Amino acid sequence: MLSASDGERSRGACVASEPEHWRGAQPQRVLSPEGAAVGDTDVGLEPDDLRAMLRYMVLARRLDRECIALQRQGELTVYPGFEGQEAAQVGSAMALGADDFVFPTFRELAAALVRGVDPVQYLAYHRGTWHGGPYDSAATRFGPICIPVATQIAHAVGYAMGLALDETRACSLAYFGDGSASEGDFHEAANLAGVFAAPVILFCQNNGWAISVPTSSQTAGEIWKRAEGYGFPGVRVDGNDVLAVYRATRDAAARAYSGEGPTLIEALTYRIGAHSTADDAGRYRDDDEVTRAQMFDPITRFRTWLLAEGHVDDALLDSWQAEIEDQVLAIREAVIVQPAPGVESMFDHAYADPPPAIAEQRREVVGG
Amino acid sequence: MVAALNAALRDCLRADDRVLVFGQDVGRSGGVFRVTDGLQAEFGARRVFDTPISEAGIAGAAVGLAFAGWRSVVEMQFDAFSYPALEQIIDHVAKMRGRTRGRVSMPITIRMPAFGGIKGKEHHGESPETYYVHTAGLKVIAPSSPGDAYRLLRLAIADPDPVIVLEPKARYWAKDDVELTIDGAGIGEGAIVQEGDAATVFTYGAMVARCLDAAATLADEGISVRVVDLRSLSPLDTDLIARCVRETGRAVVVHEAPKTLGLGAEVTARIVEEAFDFLEAPVLRVTGYDVPYPPAALEHHYLPSVQRIAAAVREVVTY
Repeated sequence: MLSASDGERSRGACVASEPEHWRGAQPQRVLSPEGAAVGDTDVGLEPDDLRAMLRYMVLARRLDRECIALQRQGELTVYPGFEGQEAAQVGSAMALGADDFVFPTFRELAAALVRGVDPVQYLAYHRGTWHGGPYDSAATRFGPICIPVATQIAHAVGYAMGLALDETRACSLAYFGDGSASEGDFHEAANLAGVFAAPVILFCQNNGWAISVPTSSQTAGEIWKRAEGYGFPGVRVDGNDVLAVYRATRDAAARAYSGEGPTLIEALTYRIGAHSTADDAGRYRDDDEVTRAQMFDPITRFRTWLLAEGHVDDALLDSWQAEIEDQVLAIREAVIVQPAPGVESMFDHAYADPPPAIAEQRREVVGG
Repeated sequence: MVAALNAALRDCLRADDRVLVFGQDVGRSGGVFRVTDGLQAEFGARRVFDTPISEAGIAGAAVGLAFAGWRSVVEMQFDAFSYPALEQIIDHVAKMRGRTRGRVSMPITIRMPAFGGIKGKEHHGESPETYYVHTAGLKVIAPSSPGDAYRLLRLAIADPDPVIVLEPKARYWAKDDVELTIDGAGIGEGAIVQEGDAATVFTYGAMVARCLDAAATLADEGISVRVVDLRSLSPLDTDLIARCVRETGRAVVVHEAPKTLGLGAEVTARIVEEAFDFLEAPVLRVTGYDVPYPPAALEHHYLPSVQRIAAAVREVVTY
């Protein structure tokens, strides 16, 4: 492993050191950071799927940047960007079956796109028009956006317990971060998952930073290794290698479907941006570190390989560029005209049948 | 009351095959108070099962199970042991219906032995009701008799919204010979358990029996006291509270929880809002003190006594 001081960077050669939190056990890898095959690239996807994979990643990044712009323009409330994590999200989400259920954190817009969640409805959350899941969580099998750190992991485990009780051949997947892995709820959920052999995938996107705290201050160990303590397999994967992420997740899902229980996946990735639009990463992180991490960019890596394999060409990529601009513009236009919901809505979903005191408070506000 | 609660769980498990019962020691052992005795033998370890000691995990799993269409009845082994689950309960159990715009219901019942009076160890005699009552999205009930316990627990399990069931452990061994039925008052309805016209005492849980004892003492003095068992702490039966104050003009609220921001504060506020013109005396509260629940040797000083309750009634009656 080379450090940044070992020499001048040059195109095509990796001269940057890996992010600090990637140290330790070698992650599973299919493509090198330079986009060369270093493992079996046949992950079971057809060329159309491979192209779709890259297109989702490119769309996600463009939309993520648009969301940051929308927040700066006052059209969204605080927005948590995910630039750099496109492979971790797209690769894992694409590996799931239609009946599988995702329980996200607040940073999984790319996964939501893959799972078919309407981005306009998703962004209603960040526009502040509704909490949790403005989209239909049940229909999309994509749980509400979850802010209380690590709590959604227990939901995924409970859901998986329910699948097992129903003997349904499906699984659930909980996304969480390196910081979440320090929470008690991570431990309680993982322990329950092991005890009940729940068909669940615990998918950690270790992006190196929990707001301002680096992974090295979050844990003295490697997150994937904890699985052994809970009695199920843990996997460390290069989270910026979309094919490796896809394979690890698909294998974990296969285990879940066949009754073999949970899998913990630690996907090593990097948070290129700040924690959110309300955060200033310059207060705690050197720009050099980000520049070095960009050498491991997941989109560049996958695109390089697809070009080399002839699965995409410049003309196709150019045509996507134009399509994606239109697509993002359409999302933007739809998001910014979303009206505030009627004030009665804050009373209407507190209970199935609002108790008298709430009914009276509703009347105070909306009459009737 | 233990037998009534056990019968309610059994009948719910029979009536709806989506009902699950789980928690610590609820399976083979039948629960530390034996409320789940025999259920695993009858319904199997698939539907009645033990969990690790993991309150947040239990509550969180119930949320996920609700997404998957299951109706969980979970036991928190003691009142204070529900605190590790508060984040899950407040952030998700209570709010998920709203967070999903009404698309996903949380038909979750969280039972716990509550309140003091059995010479328990520390952390085994808490009155946590204010935490739950203050959380929008939850319902909170505290039955005081076997008949109410059976009916209200069955209604709680059938409810589309989450219900916290505070089971007064000091009344677990109470018996009455009423027929167990779901016919009767629902969640949200209090009950006049003794008629009277000089003052109304509002209470719930194990304090209902004590207030009835106080009323008997006062009856000997010629003071006719009405006793209301609130039963449902959220929603509160404001109509009944207001009607009783209009009819008796005087009110005392009795509970084990500390006075400050205890349920008595809310009952008193509603009396002032709804029946101020009918009040003949200030509303008094007889409660636990604003101190941590004391050790067994002192709990009789902490819990409202017949003497303290009677003294408060005399004070409002002679105001």
